Amino acid sequence: MKNFRYIGKETSRPDAPDKAAGKAHYIHDLQRPGMLYGKIKFSDHPHARIKHIDTSKAERLSGVRAVITANNSPEVRFGFLRDNFALKKDKVRQYRDELAAVAAIDPDIAEEAIELIKVEYEPLPGLFSPHEAMKKGSPLIHETDSQGRPRTDNLVPLQYHHESGNLSAGKRAAKYMAQGEFSTPRVQQCCMGTAGCLAEFDMNSNLTIWAKTQIPFLAQRDFNRALSDMGLNDKNTRVIVPALGGGFGTGLDTHAYEYIAILLAFQTGRPVKIVYTRDEEFAYFSPRQSSTTKITQGCGQDGKLTFREVEVVQDNGAYTSWGATYPSVMMMPATSLYRVPSVYFNAQLVYTNNTYCQAMRGYGNPEHTWALESNMDELAGEAGIDPYDFRMINCNKPKETTPMGLKVSTCGLKECLQTVAKKLDWKKKSKKGKCRGKGMASLIHVGGGGRIYRSDASGLILKLDDFGNVNAYHGGVEMGQGLHSVLTLGIAEALGVRPEKVFINPLDTSTCPWDVGTHASRGAFMACNTAILAANKLRDRIFELSEELFPQEVEKNLEKFIKKNPGYKPPDFDFIKAAKRERFDLKDGSIFIKDAPREPWLSLDLGRLLRAIHFRTQGQMLATEVFYDPPNELPDFAKGFGNISSTYAYGTQGAEVEVDTETGEVKILRMVAAHDVGKVLNPPALKGQIYGALAQGIGYALYEELQSEKGKILNPNFRDYKIPTAQEMDFPVDLEFIETNDSFGPFGAKGVAEPGLVPTAPAIANAIYDAIGIRIRDLPITQEKILAALKKLKEAND
Amino acid sequence: MKTEISFILNGLEVDVTVDGHLRLIDVLRNMMSLTGTKEGCGKGECGACTVIVDGRAVNSCLYPANEIEGKSVTTIEGLQMPEHKLSKIQQAFVDHGGIQCGFCTPGMIMSAKALLDSNPNPSDKEIREALQGNLCRCTGYVQIVEAVKRAARQLKSKQ
Repeated sequence: MKNFRYIGKETSRPDAPDKAAGKAHYIHDLQRPGMLYGKIKFSDHPHARIKHIDTSKAERLSGVRAVITANNSPEVRFGFLRDNFALKKDKVRQYRDELAAVAAIDPDIAEEAIELIKVEYEPLPGLFSPHEAMKKGSPLIHETDSQGRPRTDNLVPLQYHHESGNLSAGKRAAKYMAQGEFSTPRVQQCCMGTAGCLAEFDMNSNLTIWAKTQIPFLAQRDFNRALSDMGLNDKNTRVIVPALGGGFGTGLDTHAYEYIAILLAFQTGRPVKIVYTRDEEFAYFSPRQSSTTKITQGCGQDGKLTFREVEVVQDNGAYTSWGATYPSVMMMPATSLYRVPSVYFNAQLVYTNNTYCQAMRGYGNPEHTWALESNMDELAGEAGIDPYDFRMINCNKPKETTPMGLKVSTCGLKECLQTVAKKLDWKKKSKKGKCRGKGMASLIHVGGGGRIYRSDASGLILKLDDFGNVNAYHGGVEMGQGLHSVLTLGIAEALGVRPEKVFINPLDTSTCPWDVGTHASRGAFMACNTAILAANKLRDRIFELSEELFPQEVEKNLEKFIKKNPGYKPPDFDFIKAAKRERFDLKDGSIFIKDAPREPWLSLDLGRLLRAIHFRTQGQMLATEVFYDPPNELPDFAKGFGNISSTYAYGTQGAEVEVDTETGEVKILRMVAAHDVGKVLNPPALKGQIYGALAQGIGYALYEELQSEKGKILNPNFRDYKIPTAQEMDFPVDLEFIETNDSFGPFGAKGVAEPGLVPTAPAIANAIYDAIGIRIRDLPITQEKILAALKKLKEAND
Repeated sequence: MKTEISFILNGLEVDVTVDGHLRLIDVLRNMMSLTGTKEGCGKGECGACTVIVDGRAVNSCLYPANEIEGKSVTTIEGLQMPEHKLSKIQQAFVDHGGIQCGFCTPGMIMSAKALLDSNPNPSDKEIREALQGNLCRCTGYVQIVEAVKRAARQLKSKQ
C-alpha cells in the first residue's frame, strides 16, 4: 500500500480556528449597506381557497419598504416538478404556504407588518394521510399539473419500480418468510444555523445571492429561471455560499423564501435578507419525508435469501422537492443489500396537506434500511438462525453485480459484520434479568458519486502564485462536514506541497467551476479526485518547464553555496543532463531530481521556481482547470436499473441496550460502528462524520418526530422536539474503519458522510427485541410505544 | 424606554443606551458587532448564544440587556490571546475535532470555559452535564467532550 505524506494523518481542519474564534461568517452575520429585512406571512389553513389578502395596514406602517403578494408581483414557479410558487395566489395547500412578504428597515417592523396582514380564506377539506389521499374520489390537492393539464388523483407523477429474477419462484423456494410493515416519521434536519439568504441586484439587474445552499450551480439555474419569470431575460445570478451552520440535505433545493427575497430586493432596489427563526425553521421548512414500507423476505433451509418484495408509500406533503426522489436511493438497499436473487420494489408518492418534505442525510436509505434490517432479524428468527450468521450467509461480495445493476468494486461488508460481532461479543448473551440485548444492522450506500442528474461532475481550478501558494477554487460546499479539510490534504498530497500552502477560496458561482451539488456523500470523493487530476496536470507542466529553468537556478545555488563553503567539492552529478521531466519530483513544496545526491543546493523551493517561470521574457503564471465526471450511470428509475455510483460504501453498526420495563426507557449501553470507507483521508474529520451521523441515527431511532395534527406542526422548538444532547450520548462508541482501497476512490477513499446514520435505528430496534422480545415497527421507538407493546404482550400471555 | 447602562465587555468598560425590550445578544451582535455569539433558537433551548456573565454561563438570548448594568461579560471574542492566538480551550476544540459547522462552537466553548474556571478537573459526567444545554447537530459530542478533557489537562499542567 502506498505511503502517504498527509492523507490518513491526524490533521486539524483549516476552517476550525476561525470557527473557534467566532470569526466564521454565516448568513446571520452578513450585512450590506442599505439592507432591508424580509419577513413572510404564512397560511392560517392547511387547505383553503384564498379569497382576499388585505395588506393596506402593513403598507402604511412606518419603516416598511415593500409588501408583496401574488397579486402585485410576478409569478415565480419552482420545485422539482415546478408545482410550487414563491407566493400563493388561488389556494393554500399546507400551513406553511407563503401568502405575502414584507421588506422593512428592521426585523421588528417587518414582524409587526406581517401581523397586520389579514387574509380571508374559504376552507377546503384537508388530507393528512397518504393512504387517505390515495383513495379514489379524494379531494384534489393540485387540480392541474405545472403544464396546466387537469389532474385526476393525488399521486405524484414519479415512477420508482424494480423487478428482477423470478419472484414467484423465489417465493416457492422460500422455506421461511417474514413480513412486516414499517413506518418512519417526519424529522427535522435541525441545522444549528437556521435557513436564510441575502439577495441584492446591481443596476444591470443581475442578481447576487448569499445562500445557504448545497447546490450553488443548480441554484444559479433555478434563480436565473426566476429572473426570466420576472421579465429579466438573459440576466444572471451569482450565488455566494458563506459559512453554513449545517446542511444535512436542507440545501438540495431552492426555497420559497429565497425567491421571496429576490422579489423583495428587486421591488425595493435594496439588498434584502431573510433569516428564519427557530420556530419558523421547524414549522415552515421542509423536514425528512415520512414513509410506510411493507416488506416480505424469504429464505431457504440454508438461510439464503430467495426473494424480497417491497412496497413503499411516501407522504410527499403539498409540493414536490428533490427529496421526493428518495425512492431512487431506497431501491439501492432494496435490491442490493445482501445477495437476493429476485426482488420486487415499488414506491408511490402521494400529495397530502402536510408540510412538504425535502432531502435529509441518507436520502431514503435510513427509511428503507430500517424496514429491511428489522425484517432481516424477523426472518432470521423464523429460520432459527442467529441474526449475525444469517447476515454472513447473505453477505455481499467484491466484484459482484447486484439485481439493480450496481457494479460493486470493493466490498468490506463481511469485515464490517465480523468486526461488530467481535467487538460486541456477539455470541456472548447479554446479562439476563436486566433486560439487556444486542442488535446489529448493515448498510450499502453510494460511495463514488451518485448520478441522479445528467451530470455527476465536479470541477477544480488550481492557481499557483509567486510564493508557492496554491489557490483552489472548487464548487463543492463546506457545510461543516470537513470538505475543505480533505480537499486541502488531497491537493497537498497529490501536488507535493505542504497543506498550509493550500488556500480554499470562498464558494462563488462566478469564480468556481461547476459542481452538481454536495449530496450523496460525494463531496470528498469528488474533491479529491479533482485534486489528483489537477495536481497531475500541474506537476507535468512544472516538470516540463523545469528542464530549462531548474539547472539555471541550481547553478546560482551552487555558486552561492561554494562562496559560503570555500573548498566545497560538488559531487560528480550532471544536473543539466539529469534535468528531464520524468526524473523530477515535487515533495513538501520542494523540487528535486529523484536520483540526485542529497545536496542542499540541489533542490528548489516551488515558489522560487514559479518566480523563475514568471519573471522572464514571455513568462508564465501556472494555473489549471479540471472537470471530473465519475464512471457511473444515470439509472432508469422506472425500471430500477443502473449503476448509480462508481463505488459503494458498506457498514455495520451494533448496539447493546438495556430496557427499563417499568418506564419503557431504552438505555444505550454501547455502540459499535464498522464502516468500509475505502481509505481514511483525515481521521478526526472522518470520526466526526460517523459520530455525528450516529447521534442523528439515535435521535431518529428513539425520540425525534415532527408531530403534526391536521397539518399543523405541534412541536416547533427544541423543548418539544428533542435532539440528542451530550447527556444522551453518554455511552461508549467504538469505531472501526475498514480500508478496502477502492480503485475508483481518490487515494482509495469512498464517500462516508451519510452511512453513519443509515443502520442505527434498526440496530437499536434489533437490540430492543433481543432484550425484551418486542418488535416496534414504527419509528421513533418511544417509551410509550414500548410500554404499550409490553402491556399487550402481557395481556396475550395472561 | 431607553436606559443607559455601563458594563465590562471582554475586560473593557462600555456604555450603551438600550431599549427596554433588547436582549444581551442584541447588544453584543447588533450594537457591538460581536457576531461570534450566535442565535440558534432565541428561547434559551440551544445554547448557541452562551456568554459568561460574572463567571456564569448564560443564554444571552434570554438575558435582558438592562440587567447587565455593572456586570462583567465575556464573549468568544474575549478569549482570543495576544498575537492572534487561540486560548487553550479553543485550541483543544481545533486539535481534537470538536468543530464541524461551527455554529454551536462559540457557545459550546463558553460553557466549557465556565465549567473549567469553576471546576478545573471535571469528570466526563460533569462535562456532559455542563454542556447539556448546548446543542450540536454535527459532532455527536464525542470529540467535544474529548477536547474539554484535553483542555482541562493542559490548563492544569500550565499551573
